[in-house]
Amino acid sequence: MNGLAWMFGAVSLVGAGAVALADPVEDTLVLNGETEIVTRTAAPEHLDGVFDEVISGWLYREDETRVMQADDFDNPGMIFAELARDAWSVAEGSEGKSCADCHGEPEDMAEVRPHYPKWNEEAGEVRTLEMQINACREDQMGAEPWKYNGGDMVNMTALLSSVSRGLPVSVAIDGPAQSTWEQGKEMYYTRYGQLELACANCHEDNNGRMIRADHLSQGHINGFPTYRLKNTKLNAVQDRFKGCVRDTRAETFAPGSPEFVALELYVASRGNGLSVEGPSVRN
Amino acid sequence: MRIPGIAALAAGLMAFAAGAETVAPTDVSYTDGAVETPLTDAGGDASNGRVIVGDKSQGNCIACHVVSDLADVPFQGEIGPPLDGAGERWSEAELRGIVANAKMMFEGSMMPSFYKVDGFIRPGNAYTGKAADETFGPILSAGQIEDVVAYLVTLKD
Ligand code: HEC
Ligand code: HEC
Repeated sequence: MNGLAWMFGAVSLVGAGAVALADPVEDTLVLNGETEIVTRTAAPEHLDGVFDEVISGWLYREDETRVMQADDFDNPGMIFAELARDAWSVAEGSEGKSCADCHGEPEDMAEVRPHYPKWNEEAGEVRTLEMQINACREDQMGAEPWKYNGGDMVNMTALLSSVSRGLPVSVAIDGPAQSTWEQGKEMYYTRYGQLELACANCHEDNNGRMIRADHLSQGHINGFPTYRLKNTKLNAVQDRFKGCVRDTRAETFAPGSPEFVALELYVASRGNGLSVEGPSVRN
Repeated sequence: MRIPGIAALAAGLMAFAAGAETVAPTDVSYTDGAVETPLTDAGGDASNGRVIVGDKSQGNCIACHVVSDLADVPFQGEIGPPLDGAGERWSEAELRGIVANAKMMFEGSMMPSFYKVDGFIRPGNAYTGKAADETFGPILSAGQIEDVVAYLVTLKD
């Protein structure tokens, strides 16, 4: 239990009954007064019989937390995206190239984030954005790969998400990606650990309810990386997975492992249609 | 991964230390989800049970249940039904079965099994994210289960 969540929880318990508090709020997210963010929309077809509607984690957070995300000057995650903007044009590696040399402005990459994780034909694998960034570093720049969830990497994914905000998440689940997607789906419903809890137990069956001081959301990843008030840093999506599996008293998986890549593809696909929101603010 | 032998051994040692006869997790016998025989012959301590139910590092039952009697403990969850009146709805044997392994009473229940040591997928070493090791045992000891049951019995509306 962390100090901040405890505090926010206490504030709202005084203000509202537990039941009223448990529903996602009615609110609209407009970034910087101009970019409309889709935070609820019809569920993708593959969730037929599960959800009618998919709802962003933003709508499950407290007023103060939601407000922080609405303005880039208040969103601490944007500071890290700006750091990556500097790194974007720094030449590195044996080829002496920067990201900018091949890709132009970060804004030119707006169509990238919404489609990841994504099948890479040449490599014959599903790649997360992190994997693709490292493939660029190694194969195009002749530079050292970044640590999978290290600071440089998380910052860069924040930059690439930030330029896609407002575009719908749209990952492909058929074709060559399908078997990976099926693997992720199976994991989503597997009851791991000594507590025997699956992702679905919390985020499908009980979203909207309180589990101790936490308000369970549908567990989407359209907001990643997320700046969490709990640890005051940007958090990569697979670090969140790691934490959720650990909390079932399980032996968790490693960020970047084939298992978590598969899970990320599946979880991303559950949020197809929601806007990219990262870097978002969560508690 | 299955390590019942080790856990049973650990439970046996615990019982020895407490000086009480203990039913090992793998020897508990369920009838329609209920467990007639107490897990230890030491008798349950309801006031300690009350602590265990509310304590995050022990039963942490209020992560999922509201217990009005524990109003002093903040942030009670809404995953399971409120436990108010549980001592009226269920017999002592049924409560013992529910706490030891709720899945025997409620098929597929989300409620964790507090006195079970095998059949898990990727069991961990508590909340470290690491694999279970030789210290692996049930979430609550036989004595703690009996304390919790003794407390639940007192929850009458
Ligand atoms: C024991 C309950 C529990 C289980 C099981 C669980 N989670 Fe979570 N998860 C939480 C809580 C509590 C939060 C924080 C509140 C929220 O955002 O829902 C959270 C948050 C998340 C978030 C962040 C959502 C956001 O908007 O920032 C994601 C993504 C997530 N979980 C995915 C998963 C996945 C994938 C699994 C399975 C591997 C899983 N969770 C299993 C309890 C759980
Ligand atoms: C992760 C969630 C969770 C935790 C933790 C949990 N329970 Fe439960 N419990 C449930 C659910 C869900 C039910 C409802 C049964 C069902 O349909 O699965 C339940 C049912 C019960 C019932 C029967 C309630 C009634 O009156 O019908 C009792 C008694 C009970 N739990 C006691 C406990 C105790 C004692 C603990 C801690 C030692 C505990 N629970 C921890 C989820 C939980």
